[in-house]
Amino acid sequence: MTRQTIAEKILESHRLDDRDRVEPGEVMRAWVDMVLLNDANGPVAFRHFANMGGGKVVRPDKVMMVCDHFAPAPSAAGARMLGDMRRFANSKGIQHFFDVGKGGIEHTLMPEVGLCGPGHLIAGGDSHTGTAGAFNAFGTGMSWAGMAAIMHIDETWFRVPESMRFNLHGQKALHVTGKDVILQILQDIGVDGALYKSMEFGGTGLANLNIDERMGICNMVVEAGAKTGIVEFDDITRAWARDTCKLPWKEVVADADAQYSSRHDIDLSRMRPMVAKPYSPENVVAVDEIHGVRVDQVYMGNCANGTITDLRQIASVLKGRKIAATTRAIIVPATQKIYQQAIAEGLVDIFVEAGAAVSTPTCGACFGVHNGALDDGEVGFATINRNFKGRGGHAGAQMYLGNSYVAAATAVAGEIIDPARL
Amino acid sequence: MIFKGNVQKLGDSVDTDIMVPGRYLSLMNPADIAKHIFEEVDPSFVERVKPGDVIVAGRNFGCGSGREQAPIGLKALGISCIVAASFSRTFYRMSIDLGLPIIISAEVAETASQGQSIEIDTASGLVLLDGSQYQAEPLPLFVQQIIDMGGVTDWVKGELARRALR
Repeated sequence: MTRQTIAEKILESHRLDDRDRVEPGEVMRAWVDMVLLNDANGPVAFRHFANMGGGKVVRPDKVMMVCDHFAPAPSAAGARMLGDMRRFANSKGIQHFFDVGKGGIEHTLMPEVGLCGPGHLIAGGDSHTGTAGAFNAFGTGMSWAGMAAIMHIDETWFRVPESMRFNLHGQKALHVTGKDVILQILQDIGVDGALYKSMEFGGTGLANLNIDERMGICNMVVEAGAKTGIVEFDDITRAWARDTCKLPWKEVVADADAQYSSRHDIDLSRMRPMVAKPYSPENVVAVDEIHGVRVDQVYMGNCANGTITDLRQIASVLKGRKIAATTRAIIVPATQKIYQQAIAEGLVDIFVEAGAAVSTPTCGACFGVHNGALDDGEVGFATINRNFKGRGGHAGAQMYLGNSYVAAATAVAGEIIDPARL
Repeated sequence: MIFKGNVQKLGDSVDTDIMVPGRYLSLMNPADIAKHIFEEVDPSFVERVKPGDVIVAGRNFGCGSGREQAPIGLKALGISCIVAASFSRTFYRMSIDLGLPIIISAEVAETASQGQSIEIDTASGLVLLDGSQYQAEPLPLFVQQIIDMGGVTDWVKGELARRALR
């Protein structure tokens, strides 16, 4: 089989009907390797599951459930969502269930516990399920009814996406991260530039992006409208999979003559730290262009930027410095294991010494609900993935997005600043 | 299926965070979710919508967070169908699986104005806007079948019944 993209190869290896190859635009039936549910979509999916007839989950081993959104519970209503998760996991025999304090944020946790890997097809209720693309997997956010369907019949339907190719080359400068790669792409193609498509990343520059930074890229492909984003298999993926992946996996690379709808060249050496301004992740400028914007709160952490790489970047800026008197900083490691490693490396001491609030893993403020939500008129800077109106809390709040170095420097200065100028 | 109503016109990149703010994600009753649609940016929207109304929006409708409360809330509010120049794919997928008809037409998105009468045939993709005719992309056959069944729930029930007989 030739002329195929990574997405086409992964979908083809999961198809259930007998046609011999997949074509972009075609609607196909497929099985998936894992269903990923959290406490925001799980309780709704459980209702769909009951409406479809209830009973047994046909493959409980292929379901991962993570408490991360309303975790720890910010309200009685949130506690009910978490309770729904526990009851479903217990009654259906779901082994891969991660309660408060026992896991972290789903997209960082899934690879950490080895439940995704190269060649896998993963259906999640959350839009950031594409983060699994960092591990050469096809992760996609889909409907919650669709996930209930998979739990009943072990299959679903997909429209085969067209694919876009992004070839990375060059070595990035200090303070430039994977976050800047995806922000620059968003600046170029916009929030619907990859609508319905697979964004695929390859090239010699990949070697300069570690697994954590690749997660930062794939996490935000959905902000360009993509169905998924997948990093081509290479030595870094192989080393990760051998060490960590607990399930069978198979490397996937695109054919040299794969049919991409467009090809894009990205020179990492020319890249600057980037910032997305309110109210869209495509509203991107280089950090130098918006120096001096005063910030009430800096939030560091989310499903792709609460990694140990991010925490080390933050610590490199905060070490020996203090958070500005007019600004508060919140740092959220993405998983309990990362939190523990940050303690062991002395990073948490640096954060607390600087005057930052450090919290247990949660999606809380990232979806504007708890643990750092913003009020009307407040200005936030965050390493999260989107800044639409209302995302950070009140619709009258403003949110800027950027990488962990810029966020930490901004917290110290009290205004947006290039970390090199601190 | 044919849907008739009046146009509720919306712009480009209408995201799910403003449709249903995160704090309402613990609501489970569709009628309760419907009360809060566009609460912070257009509080009178829920009053304006009449049962059967059709949303006509610009590009990338339903972008941002994947939250089923958005199509669930719109459906509960009485929206019968959504036409947009393009949809965020998660929103598109969720709407189909919930049986909320969804049609892509840049032409209708461009032409329609608030309050106009609109009629949509989801099988043929034919749209009538105050009497003028437009051809939208028809839905793929499998997707059309799911919508005709009112969403994936009945598809799953059918599959389970078929497998039980095997």
